[in-house]
Amino acid sequence: MAIFITNDSKVIVQGMTGAEGTKHTKRMLASGTNIVGGVNPRKAGEKVDFDGNVLPVFGSVAEAMEATGADVTVIFVPPAFAKAAVIEAVDAGVGLAVVITEGIPVHDTAAFWAHAVATGNKTRIIGPNCPGLISPGQSNAGIIPANISGAGKIGLVSKSGTLTYQMMYELRDFGFSTAIGIGGDPIIGTTHIDALAAFEADPETAAIVMIGEIGGDAEERAAAYIKENVTKPVVGYVAGFTAPEGKTMGHAGAIVSGSAGTAQAKKEALEAAGVKVGKTPSETAALMREIMQSIG
Amino acid sequence: MDLYEYQAKDLFAAHDVPVLPGDVASTPAEAKAIAERFGQTVVVKAQVKTGGRGKAGGVKLAETPEETEAKAEAILGLDIKGHVVHRVLVTPASDIAEEYYFSFLLDRANRTFLAMASVEGGMDIEEVAATKPEALAKVPVDAIKGVDRAKADEIVAAAKFPAEVADQVADVIVKLWETFVAEDATLVEVNPLVRDPEGKIVALDGKVTLDENAAFRHPAHEALVDKQAEDPLEAKAKAKGLNYVKLDGQVGIIGNGAGLVMSTLDVVAYAGEKHNGVKPANFLDIGGGASAEVMANGLDIILHDPDVRSVFVNVFGGITACDAVANGIVAALGILGDEATKPLVVRLDGNNVEEGRRILAEANHPLVTVVDTMDNAADKAAELAAAGV
Repeated sequence: MAIFITNDSKVIVQGMTGAEGTKHTKRMLASGTNIVGGVNPRKAGEKVDFDGNVLPVFGSVAEAMEATGADVTVIFVPPAFAKAAVIEAVDAGVGLAVVITEGIPVHDTAAFWAHAVATGNKTRIIGPNCPGLISPGQSNAGIIPANISGAGKIGLVSKSGTLTYQMMYELRDFGFSTAIGIGGDPIIGTTHIDALAAFEADPETAAIVMIGEIGGDAEERAAAYIKENVTKPVVGYVAGFTAPEGKTMGHAGAIVSGSAGTAQAKKEALEAAGVKVGKTPSETAALMREIMQSIG
Repeated sequence: MDLYEYQAKDLFAAHDVPVLPGDVASTPAEAKAIAERFGQTVVVKAQVKTGGRGKAGGVKLAETPEETEAKAEAILGLDIKGHVVHRVLVTPASDIAEEYYFSFLLDRANRTFLAMASVEGGMDIEEVAATKPEALAKVPVDAIKGVDRAKADEIVAAAKFPAEVADQVADVIVKLWETFVAEDATLVEVNPLVRDPEGKIVALDGKVTLDENAAFRHPAHEALVDKQAEDPLEAKAKAKGLNYVKLDGQVGIIGNGAGLVMSTLDVVAYAGEKHNGVKPANFLDIGGGASAEVMANGLDIILHDPDVRSVFVNVFGGITACDAVANGIVAALGILGDEATKPLVVRLDGNNVEEGRRILAEANHPLVTVVDTMDNAADKAAELAAAGV
């Protein structure tokens, strides 16, 4: 098993013919993802050759799903068009939409999220401003490098892309069921809590690493959720202890506002929920290593 | 991007939110001239992007143009919580019958917007929220449905605005929502929103935060950037498309990915505890594709920071392989030549790491030390910075 994507996932790419879309479609294909086509209304009917994999381009998500049975879309379209792309995916009823695009205005994200809720939450949205997710050896929807780690029993959820890679690298001898980057924007579709719930329910996941960062109170809410609902061991890490108040640290959502959103508060909330929190990424990996060794 | 009060009020006025007239001055003489034009008692208000101006002596009443000049003289140059006052807003003094609070903001937890309103305005709203939470109405706003007159009436009722101003306040709320949406704001706050003795509702103060991700559809917002107040290194980095924040330490930081860079700052600060208390000098995320040019631009910014004593380059090779990053560092040092004078500690991991380390070893640059792990590299960088202080 794994969460959200597996061997059975049939993936389409919105924005497949753009520079980023092309580059990452190649990489996803190379890592064994079952990509069945792309979407670009101006290039509908064309075919694109990715090193021997010839993929059809469809005029819409609905057409692509109809023709291929796709159940996952990965979205690489530029910020100005991302809202329309996500709404199109939601209206087509695709099961999972992974929004990689960075720099989407938050009013647009709020609008597509409200649209998804208003139409019955039929599409799981991951992102935006995220690296996507990988179930090693099965499927890779996004930009996480497939060669960092193989399959295993650790579940990983993180706001940050490179910290996801770093943690996968440090724990590559154990491997991962699924690693998911949920994104660094102030409004995101899938939260830490959603991923924790899915990992808790996944029989192939034995333990969970949760990586957070300054801004908002998602980690505090995740801590409360863990306390009540998660029986598997969870190890945490929070980035941004030294971030000054009022400055955005790279991610649009990574900002301490007044006394809200500090790393210290998040760490304390996680520890109060029984989560072991590492001071650095390597200490966090060491904590998980101990747990995995004791589970055997 | 946070706006100054006068900029926020300009946006309010453009969307028909009632504000008092006013003009901004950067010298006492300009302030005097504005007061002469108004010909009545005025308020001189420090323009700083922080709260607590009044308590810090940044808001003064002035009855005559001469007094206005003197008050402006006193306020200009004040340091309010680290923000130096470069401009004052001169605005007619108004009598206040009642003070209220109103804001629209992003509700991250509920992934929507929120209206907050209180009839107990004029004071710190976080204090109201903490001490009298029942006095602060919080009404969720659907991002698609927005705020029409009916929704505004709901907010007015929730906050228990007095019946005699309910109509006017609802009208102002609709216009503030228009401002919030049309300008792609993430915060629109009016504190206080006042009723004057004639019963008229006016936004006496204003705070607006604009979403920088939406800049592409607001060319006019560029003019709102206060170039004078920008840190020169931050301005230079921005011009080169780099994600850079100046901090007050001695260890320059370059990394890829916002999360990894934030983490790097923390690890350096911990290491600094053992080395004279040195701290990170900056946040700099060069993103996924660390080309030689981007690396050179990043190093160029950091090496020109006079506070920097050592530099820590912390890269995890994900999409970009470590050999490309190593080539980028070598090329960057070549481009910078004699301008590169501070020691560099480099930690590479991930994709093609052996080849990356081999390239750096072969280049054998006298300033570069390669260290295997992030924690050890942070320690080395802190040690070098402490030695150079």
